[in-house]
Amino acid sequence: MKNWIALLLLCIASPTIAAEFSVLRPQQSSVSFVSKQMGVPVEGSFRKFSANIRVDPAKPEQGRARIDIDLTSIDTGNDDANQEVAGRAWFDSKKYPTASFVSNQVKALGKGRYEVLGDMTIKGKTLKVRAPFTLEQKAGALIVVGSFPLKRLDYGIGSGIWGDTEVVADEVQLDFRFTLAQ
Amino acid sequence: MEARGYTRTAIGLHWLIAMLIFAAFPLGVYMHELPLSPDKLKLYSYHKWMGITVLMLAAMRLSWRATHRPPLLPETMPSWEKLAAQSVHILLYVLLFAIPLSGWLMSSAKGFQTVWFGVLPLPDLVGKDKELGDLLKEVHEVLNFALLGLVIAHVAGALKHHFIERDDILARMLPFLRRKS
Repeated sequence: MKNWIALLLLCIASPTIAAEFSVLRPQQSSVSFVSKQMGVPVEGSFRKFSANIRVDPAKPEQGRARIDIDLTSIDTGNDDANQEVAGRAWFDSKKYPTASFVSNQVKALGKGRYEVLGDMTIKGKTLKVRAPFTLEQKAGALIVVGSFPLKRLDYGIGSGIWGDTEVVADEVQLDFRFTLAQ
Repeated sequence: MEARGYTRTAIGLHWLIAMLIFAAFPLGVYMHELPLSPDKLKLYSYHKWMGITVLMLAAMRLSWRATHRPPLLPETMPSWEKLAAQSVHILLYVLLFAIPLSGWLMSSAKGFQTVWFGVLPLPDLVGKDKELGDLLKEVHEVLNFALLGLVIAHVAGALKHHFIERDDILARMLPFLRRKS
């Protein structure tokens, strides 16, 4: 009888629990970006973010994610710029301290590539985004890596005098890397 | 036969470099105090483009000089003056290379690659490193003030030759000033 119960539990539990990765390893994760200033690619990153991601590499299409980025933790590589982008023309991060991404759907693109569709909210504005990503299992962890372009002016990031896209390009590349344990 | 003046190529390069320096130097002094704005980013880029242009022209000038002998200094010049003039020239050449290079390296260390005219990316010879960036900023500044001193000496020497000694030294670089002999 005991064996039966154990087997039954295993049947119920194993497909859901055993293969799902959901515990973020912040030290091995990053959210960064590359903007173009006067034609020069400049790297920056967000030091603080939270990521609630659940992915089973056997069925990534059922994966879900919610990422919250602390916009005040931005590091543009330059102190003046860090101050500037906190201002109203940019992120207005006093009023809107967090940017968030919530996934709606994950599609397989083939050859180990996937695409997540979701809602990106920045500065109070929510827009649909799609981000291709790959999955890699390494040393007991699942690494989710991807990159997608985002048009800053769609969200009113860098308006007014900074709206000149000859100086700061509209398109900003966002790069993410999340290392998840089981 | 001995050349009385510099070749037209040498003259062209000399004045082109001089004009760029006369534009880039005050621009550098002005722009670094500005609050962050799109104009500041533009001015920094223009300054870097000018600097890299100086570096390239300096390389051309030096290779031209290596293959084309410059005119000799007048024999009437006392030897200490010849030595002083030559030393200033050598140091100016050194700075024509060292200043743009220090700017290029500073730019890399500060995490902003130099992309010449927004088109040609120059390799980052050093990685992003805040302390190195601050150090290179100091170096760039000190070298520029050395350049300022040398240019003043260079110009003062040329004017002294032209107006006091009344020789042809300045006319070697500005042929239209040549006095009829």
